[in-house]
Amino acid sequence: MEEKQPLLEISDLSVSFRMYDGSLEQRQLQVISSLSLTVYPGEILAVAGSSGSGKSLLAAAILGILPANAAVGGAMRYGGQPLTPERQRSLRGGEIALVPQSVAYLDPLMKVGRQADGHQKPRPTARRRELFRRFGLPEKTERLYPFQLSGGMARRVLVSTALLADAQLVIADEPTPGMGLEQAKEALSMFREMADEGRGVVLITHDIDLAVDFADRIAVFYAGTTVETAPAEDFRQGALRHPYSQALWRALPQNGFQPIPGFQPYAGSLPKGCLFAPRCPHRTAECEAAPPPVRTLRDGEVRCIHAT
Amino acid sequence: MRQRWNRRQRLLAYTMLMLLAVLAAFAAGVLIPESAVAPDFASAKLPPSLAHPFGTDWLGRDLFLRTLKGLSVSLTVGVAASLISAVAAVLTGVAAATGSKAVDGVITWLIDLVMGVPHMVLIILISFACGRGLKGLLAGIAVTHWTGLARLIRAEVMQLRGQPYIMASRRLGKSSGWVLTHHLLPHLAPQFFVGLVLMFPHAILHEASVSFLGYGLPPEQPAIGIILSESMKYLSAGMWWLAVFPGALLVAVVLLIDRLGENLRVIIDPYSAQE
Amino acid sequence: MGAALAVKGSVMMTSLGVRTGRAFLNHLLKTLALLLAVSVIAFALVSASPVDPVQQYVLGVGGVSPEQRLELEEYWGVNDPPVQRYLAWLGALLHGDFGQSLLYRRPVLEVIGERFANSLALMLCAWLFSGLIGFALGCVMGMSRDRLADRVIKKTCYILSSVPTFWLALVFLLIFAVWLGWFPLGFSTPIGMRNEDVTLAQRLHHLFLPALTLSLMSFSNIALHTRQKLVDVLESEYVLFARARGEGAWSILCRHGLRNILLPALTLQFASFAELFGGSVLAENVFSYPGLGSAVAAAGLNSDVPLLLGITLFSTLFVCTGNLIANLLYGVVDPQIREGRA
Repeated sequence: MEEKQPLLEISDLSVSFRMYDGSLEQRQLQVISSLSLTVYPGEILAVAGSSGSGKSLLAAAILGILPANAAVGGAMRYGGQPLTPERQRSLRGGEIALVPQSVAYLDPLMKVGRQADGHQKPRPTARRRELFRRFGLPEKTERLYPFQLSGGMARRVLVSTALLADAQLVIADEPTPGMGLEQAKEALSMFREMADEGRGVVLITHDIDLAVDFADRIAVFYAGTTVETAPAEDFRQGALRHPYSQALWRALPQNGFQPIPGFQPYAGSLPKGCLFAPRCPHRTAECEAAPPPVRTLRDGEVRCIHAT
Repeated sequence: MRQRWNRRQRLLAYTMLMLLAVLAAFAAGVLIPESAVAPDFASAKLPPSLAHPFGTDWLGRDLFLRTLKGLSVSLTVGVAASLISAVAAVLTGVAAATGSKAVDGVITWLIDLVMGVPHMVLIILISFACGRGLKGLLAGIAVTHWTGLARLIRAEVMQLRGQPYIMASRRLGKSSGWVLTHHLLPHLAPQFFVGLVLMFPHAILHEASVSFLGYGLPPEQPAIGIILSESMKYLSAGMWWLAVFPGALLVAVVLLIDRLGENLRVIIDPYSAQE
Repeated sequence: MGAALAVKGSVMMTSLGVRTGRAFLNHLLKTLALLLAVSVIAFALVSASPVDPVQQYVLGVGGVSPEQRLELEEYWGVNDPPVQRYLAWLGALLHGDFGQSLLYRRPVLEVIGERFANSLALMLCAWLFSGLIGFALGCVMGMSRDRLADRVIKKTCYILSSVPTFWLALVFLLIFAVWLGWFPLGFSTPIGMRNEDVTLAQRLHHLFLPALTLSLMSFSNIALHTRQKLVDVLESEYVLFARARGEGAWSILCRHGLRNILLPALTLQFASFAELFGGSVLAENVFSYPGLGSAVAAAGLNSDVPLLLGITLFSTLFVCTGNLIANLLYGVVDPQIREGRA
């Protein structure tokens, strides 16, 4: 797999917002900082991290649909070419598709069939019907309004839009919250199928367990950056590199259920050096001085100077 | 040189300047002596000039000074009526949200009732009932303007009542009065204040309109509506300045107050801080 | 399966009909109660007035004999208690007798009917024009949020909402009628012409300035409202997804924007009959346009109590009709309510 040409490469991505806080001051709020990841065709890369760590903004940044007051830094390449705003415009909805998390992403006043067809002319109704059939959606589904869909139906409709676009890169944003285990597994197996057909899938999730079961590699997201990217196998065995990933692993129920002391820093008040340093048992003065660079280590990447 | 101001700081400065301008216009109207707007037939029907920036009317009264005086009358009536209205809005809004179902029903119905009659008609009716004059004008404007703010405050209090910290206060045995003064009123104060300021422009416009129709203040009181109503007779005689300038000044002041209220809302409302 | 769906569909249709019917009946009862309350309040208000209707009538007619005066006093029931007078008045109303207008010397109902036709022409023009322009400008503002077009139109809207209707009417009268002479100084028909001889073109010529004034006074509300709704839609998750699927700004406006903002805008427009009527009172007075608005102002000034009461009730009915339509629109058009989520 490693010999393949990467589908998407992100290096040093940063996203910040212009904000006014309670006082009269304006400031930049850094939400994503020096984030790097690579996605290959045919794999699921899970981006896992706790809620409120800015994961969803990553999807918006790749698609180029961030709000107007956002500023983006760093470099992105898709299919070997720089991913400029113009390319983002022409690729999104086609080669790059988003699978959003819930029915709230469907226009409440538009019937599902018309909506799934999208804005393309001519409408790909026949293919869409075939996809609906493949996903076991009853024929009447296309005549329903989004609020009449069950959670499972909504998810299948959303997934079908990515297949309808024949996307090569699929970004799934938190596709499992609020689902039971069986439903979640069903949802993820749909993405597994997509990857097995040769697509690249970025699975943004906070559920590490499910990510370990379905993803090929896992990028651990912390305070707006990726601290470690490792094969899913390492998670199963607990052979992790970064202190945060290790702590995350120990916090899983089957591995001892140990909570991580301290809090994730808020976007407004990030530490100067390593973002995990304030909570890290191994920190040294060096960690607090400057952000650690990315290192390649045992088939994975890690952003820690002490990792072994 | 200090750093350029950001948006919120500029907003605050603008707001202060606006407040000063409105207060200055008001003070000027109050301070100008009656003698300055006395008839002077020697200089009747003069178009605008340096000596008389707005021109003079058919009695030779200086229109600029007369307009300022009229403006202060309109401001006074508008502000007084808004105050009455806003207090009524708070009382009814809080009563509807905290009282029994019946109380809420009655107040909601009253709001629908006031909204169901065109305001101009209701003001004309009330003014007629009071035999015209200042009393009827105040009552008419006050009665027609409280409904929007009352609805807002009712909704706000209802939402507050469900908040855990208020429920906790109640569980701890605090009296309704204590909760009202310690939790509800402080929360409502900004809403009330902004609602009041945003009510001014409407009230002033209604005052001017009703005076224009001939209700409200007697013709000796040079309210701005009356000045404009008188100007109608002289339009075809070519005395355009009688209609144009007083109205333009009224628009300017109303606009100023409206923006002032809107700015206050932005400054006070923390949610808009992120816009 | 198909049959089951069809049955379900027809059940849905009938339940929609039943629900709309019930909502209609409910609103109708509320409107009637409101009208009754308004009649009580209006009657109480004119009764509280220091103006004596008999005296006023006598002054108006001039030369009334003592017998006639007694007869009049009996007609007005001046010596009866107010409740009895109210009931007598209400009884007459229910028989379609709104009394005689003192000012126009004709039955109140006749005056209202004729003048309402004039006002309706004026208000309908203004309503349509302000609605269309306001909605279009609201869309422009929402789509160009915080850019130049948005800022300019928004400022214009703010300025217009600070302009008193009667002053705008005065300025238009000054510019277009006095200076340019393009339009007549007032009235709904040329002076001295018999009603039957007036052509449609002449009527429109007289209607133009008042209608323009009234339109300009009402469009800013709908424009600012539409802008806000469109901004909300554009910030929604479903538009984010639409953008993620490659839809451009224009496609988003047509496919999602209009779909989601048309109904609120239409509702607002129907719910704005009260302001429309208030504006028409002022515009009609400036342009001496013989509609209900100039009649109500004259009725109040000349103590024409029967006409004042009649117009109060009639204008309330007018406003309530708009509110009724606004309320029912949601139930019929919005699928989330229509197909039973609420």
